[in-house]
Amino acid sequence: MRYSIFSLARNALSYHEHWPLAWRSPAPKARYDAIIIGGGGHGLATAYYLAKEHALSNIAVLEKSWLGGGNTGRNTTIVRSNYHLDPNAHFYEFSLKLWESLSQELNFNVMYSARGVLNLVHSPADMDASIRRGNAMRLNGIDAKFLTRDEIARWIPNLDCSPEARFPIHGGLLQPRGGTVRHDAVAWGYARAADALGVDVIQQCEVTGIRIDRGAIQGVETTQGFITTTKLGIAVAGHSGHVAAMAGLRLPIESHVLQAMVSEPVKPVLNTVVTSGAVHFYISQSDKGELVMGGDLDFYNSYAQRGNLPAIELVVSACLALFPSFGRLKLMRTWGGIMDMTMDGSPIIAKLPVKGLTMSGGWCYGGFKATPASGWLHAYTIARDEPHPLNAAFTLERFAEGGMIDEKGAGPYAWAH
Amino acid sequence: MTQAFRLPTGGIIDRSRPLRFEFDGTAYEGYAGDTLASALLANGVHLVARSFKYHRPRGILCSGSDEPNALLQLDRGARTEPNVRATTQELFDGLIAASQNRWPSLRFDVGAINNALSRLLPAGFYYKTFMWPPTPRWWLRYEHFIRRAAGIGRSATAPDPDRYEHQYAHCDVLVIGGGPAGLAAARAAAHAGARVIVCDENPAFGGDLRGMNDDSANIDGKACATWIDEAVRDLSDSADVTLLTRTTAFGYYDGNLVALSERVADHLAAPLAHMPRQRMWKVRAGTVVLASGAHERGIAYAGNDLPGTLLAGAARTYIDRHAVRPGSRAVVFTNNDSAYAAALSLSRAGIAIGAIVDAREDSELTGALAVRAREHGIRIVSGSMVPAAHGSKRVTAVDIESLSGGRGTRVDCDLVCVSGGWNPAVHLFSQARGSLRYDESLAAFVPERSPLAIVAAGGVNGCSDVGGALADGHAAGLNAAAKAGFRGPASYAAPHAEPVAPGRLRPLWSVPARDRSGKRFVDLQNDVTVSDIALAVREGYESVEHLKRYTTLGMGTDQGKTSNIVGLALLAEQLHRPISAVGTTTFRPPYTPVTLGAYPGEEAGAHLEPTRYSAMHDWHVAHGARFINAGLWRRAHSYPRAGETPDDAANREAKNVRTNVGLVDVSTLGKIELQGNDVAEFLNRVYINRWDTLAVGRCRYGVMLRDDGMVLDDGTTSRLADSHYLMTTTTVNAVEVMQHLEALLQIDWPELDVYLTSVTEQWSAAALSGPKAREVLAAVVDIDVSNAAFPFLAVGTCTVRGAAGPMPARLFRMSYSGELAYEIHVPADRGRATWEALLAAGARYGIMPYGTEAMSTLRIEKGHVVIGPEADGRTTADDLGMGKLVNAAKWCVGKPLLSRPALIAPDRWQLVGLTALDGAVMPRGAKIVADPDHALPNPMLGHVTSWCWSPNLESWIALALVANGRARHGETLWAVSPLADAKARVRVRIGPPTFIDPDGERLRG
Repeated sequence: MRYSIFSLARNALSYHEHWPLAWRSPAPKARYDAIIIGGGGHGLATAYYLAKEHALSNIAVLEKSWLGGGNTGRNTTIVRSNYHLDPNAHFYEFSLKLWESLSQELNFNVMYSARGVLNLVHSPADMDASIRRGNAMRLNGIDAKFLTRDEIARWIPNLDCSPEARFPIHGGLLQPRGGTVRHDAVAWGYARAADALGVDVIQQCEVTGIRIDRGAIQGVETTQGFITTTKLGIAVAGHSGHVAAMAGLRLPIESHVLQAMVSEPVKPVLNTVVTSGAVHFYISQSDKGELVMGGDLDFYNSYAQRGNLPAIELVVSACLALFPSFGRLKLMRTWGGIMDMTMDGSPIIAKLPVKGLTMSGGWCYGGFKATPASGWLHAYTIARDEPHPLNAAFTLERFAEGGMIDEKGAGPYAWAH
Repeated sequence: MTQAFRLPTGGIIDRSRPLRFEFDGTAYEGYAGDTLASALLANGVHLVARSFKYHRPRGILCSGSDEPNALLQLDRGARTEPNVRATTQELFDGLIAASQNRWPSLRFDVGAINNALSRLLPAGFYYKTFMWPPTPRWWLRYEHFIRRAAGIGRSATAPDPDRYEHQYAHCDVLVIGGGPAGLAAARAAAHAGARVIVCDENPAFGGDLRGMNDDSANIDGKACATWIDEAVRDLSDSADVTLLTRTTAFGYYDGNLVALSERVADHLAAPLAHMPRQRMWKVRAGTVVLASGAHERGIAYAGNDLPGTLLAGAARTYIDRHAVRPGSRAVVFTNNDSAYAAALSLSRAGIAIGAIVDAREDSELTGALAVRAREHGIRIVSGSMVPAAHGSKRVTAVDIESLSGGRGTRVDCDLVCVSGGWNPAVHLFSQARGSLRYDESLAAFVPERSPLAIVAAGGVNGCSDVGGALADGHAAGLNAAAKAGFRGPASYAAPHAEPVAPGRLRPLWSVPARDRSGKRFVDLQNDVTVSDIALAVREGYESVEHLKRYTTLGMGTDQGKTSNIVGLALLAEQLHRPISAVGTTTFRPPYTPVTLGAYPGEEAGAHLEPTRYSAMHDWHVAHGARFINAGLWRRAHSYPRAGETPDDAANREAKNVRTNVGLVDVSTLGKIELQGNDVAEFLNRVYINRWDTLAVGRCRYGVMLRDDGMVLDDGTTSRLADSHYLMTTTTVNAVEVMQHLEALLQIDWPELDVYLTSVTEQWSAAALSGPKAREVLAAVVDIDVSNAAFPFLAVGTCTVRGAAGPMPARLFRMSYSGELAYEIHVPADRGRATWEALLAAGARYGIMPYGTEAMSTLRIEKGHVVIGPEADGRTTADDLGMGKLVNAAKWCVGKPLLSRPALIAPDRWQLVGLTALDGAVMPRGAKIVADPDHALPNPMLGHVTSWCWSPNLESWIALALVANGRARHGETLWAVSPLADAKARVRVRIGPPTFIDPDGERLRG
């Protein structure tokens, strides 16, 4: 059933008792042409584009828990393509273009809200770097604007733009097309659309082993039995290292906890996404009214989806330094997700050195905004057995070859990106 | 009419202290001891809120922090606070409260149209519509209205005027919850000798017993209130016990770190002088006793959200504790015994009880309370339910029907007291990674096991009576103390109260729908109904987490304290699975919302990060310096004179260095002393160049790499004595370099005899630079500084003569500006005197202080790289033109990876110098392109890293990284900066990066 105001009205007449399942819950078949491990946004998108763009029909997505239960449902929902380095800029811009029409593509309102992403600039050196980045964006055909301090102060009156601030605001780099997307809807939208194309979306099915014979994928062991396939894609974010190890691979990835948090819902006080590199902080207000914010990693490797108190203090400190009038609002919920941090801060969307095995991972902080492009390019790489030019640079081998894509220039330290 | 619904006697309110307050512009009175909710009820105000989605009239449901409805906006101006629970806000004189999320008024709210349209707005409706017209613009338009409709209260617009504190504490036993179980646990632990902290979110200890008027209950033969007083006095007499009221344990972290939020002044109109508004405690507890009690839950029936609907326990609290009559004629709807206690309170308060409607059969009503209610002559309708309540802004009647069917009756009432059972407050246990067990008899989840040292006691363990809670608490306290090694006197006896035989509970989550008209609410705050849950299941959102996210069940400010388990049970029912198989959603901190201001504590505003000042800072201020931030430091940017812009000043200063002499404060450079027998070997390993050849009394420039071969930092290291060196780092990288070196020493090479000490703050440093630097220096130091005696890269000690007497100094002949230059380091307390001595000596040579801007100009002219712009973390030493510094004969950090193919590719971006042609101004943050009119994307050949107007060359120059730049010397390319100026396009000539004195004659002169 197509979703629309008309189907909503029609179903209202029957008290919404005839809505179909958004997706089936099939038992796994014995064999699939391609299997994607991970039922988050990335895995579901990969399956969707495999079916849609490459006409594969016998596909399964295996999820060990519930759809979208990993980072898809834990992030701060920001989408943007305000990158400096060419491979990142082209990749994330491709993703942003997919976001722009994703609700219609999936017939599921993912609420892509182009409210703008504003990067605050706190020093002259910061200003140089921001303008340099904005120039790179513009020359790459990506929207970017520089806002002066006064323009920002008028636009976001509750932001402390005074020169007395500890890190005074000098201006900001705005990407008007950046914004937010309703994160859960992305998983559900892709799951429903993939299911409609015949993809088996299988929850509560954990992959426990990867069977390889003579260097080629034979299938996966799961909690629901062995499933045969020759094409296996990994899209498991924080567990990339763990799953790749089942194929005997050691990835240049560390898993770290990153926390996010929301305040109680209040009437609109912030109508754009504000980020600051100087205090490492990002904030937006959800449609429900909650202030959604995050900052740095907890700075220790972990698979536990919960964080520590000091990291929350840092985030809230940064929040109040920028928005002193938010001081009497209350923090309602905090949570943690597991970031698959690579050694250069950029992802790996590539064939792995086992025949038939591919991965899309190493997302660091930035995986959510990449979801559509990651799925599209991962699907392309699986179907064509070679990368698309847009993901050609995001190889596993780049670390050995020195072709790092180090946007921040932070070096081979996973926690630093 | 004031307090018309106040009982003449009873309660723990102070009738001698009336307090005035205001709600929605109307003045009321309450008493000290009231909460805002109890004071509103005492004045007959039940309608206090509109619901989030449908804008339905809502009243007060609870009496504690579980309240989903009664969220009010408190106060006005900078102290205004949204979403304050009326049920926990203590009343103070002059309190101003207003209802939220309604327009134009609470009684007449236009938003209630949503209720009429609710058929079109089921759970998740927004995922299915607002997709046409198919452009992002249109969603923004729809969203504009959705956003305005959403949210509850309003944020302040002015900065919070109040102050917050942090307090760190350690204890053997932390008792969370000061009800009977918590007090018993605390006393047991304290008497065993343990250091104890007890916290309770309420203004006083006693938990549910506080203010309870139940003559039949007693503890150790005393009235409950007396026992509580004695217990609190006993605990406060002990020096090892800390008692914290108004303090909520809200987060449980690894290592038994428990975060508490103490509301020091929220019961006052404003904090008193020197008083923080709130204090966040970070308690490291040996063992935690969780005595957090339980939250009552409702039953979903049509109209269960009408004002005048209270949880039975809350009704009892308002009557007994606050002497408030929440209604005049009540119907009690229950499936368990606890509501009978409320019925007895209602009855004592003279409130007529239309009926107790009990879902259980008559034969099941054997509990002591039920028997007593029957003895009181209260009408009990067993085996029945309330399918619907009626009324518009207040309940006026309910229907009563047999659960087995048949015609119902309608009973008039203005108060419905509901109890669907009790949910143990397991939140913190779950945060402590504790597993939960579904208890069939309680129809609730109770604590099972945690890997951390946490013991649950009392209501949270499922105890339903005081006697049980006391015994459980006492045992938990002993257990917790024993875990900490305190096995104390066995003579201390457990408190005793007669157990009350509980009646069996009959699970009832929702009543069957009679028709489709009524809404049966599960989550009152987020307007989630039984039908919404059914819809979610129908559409396949079967996981509890999907249910939560699709319907928003339990995602409100109350985090579903009253609703979650009802929702889970209904999900289980729909799926035909046991509740234990459905499980719970994750209990996430904080337990109740915590004020944002409390998290930073004092580290807010200007104290977000420390601000670092050099010893000469006051001098800079006194001489009109303009400052910039450099990392945490404040540095002088320039010293503008009257009529000068800062840039004019910097140009004057830079020119003066090249012609006369200048003095710059370089105290911010990182300074690390290295001592030990293996320093030379250590330096050989961390720098690309050789260090074992450095003689005492000499310094050398060095570059260190990261593990991946990229440049990490540069600076000089001087050999002060045989095994004593001083390293300088860049200002911004000082901490990172120190960490890098310490990590290498501690992890990789512990065998090396090298000791590092950061002395950045111990030494002030000034750089004296310019052709006349030697004359100035010679005038103040006691050593021979001729070129022969103190050549380039010499290091020595000397004494600086100043107005305050001679000062010992370290002298370095090194140059950043490219001129003849010296660095003079003195102990920080002599920094300013030395600075002034140098300026005084330089006066006749035309000396001027110069700031970072002139320093930058000078180094760009000289082609010195800076960590950040040039060494941006993606550049190798060779990219920066320092490839020949890499010593081929030795290993160093980062060297093995330098030979990776991409690091030696021919198209690497290399450091070059650019000169703007045609008299043009170099634009900010420029990119280098071959054709400024190329269609987008326009390939970028490089970018400008640093640029300036060169007052010495009288043109705009820049350093830049350009693809294969060294092979392009002499070429002309374009610098563009579309962001700064769409029209800006500047022809630039590429050349070597050193614009001035490429052979270094000046600095060696």
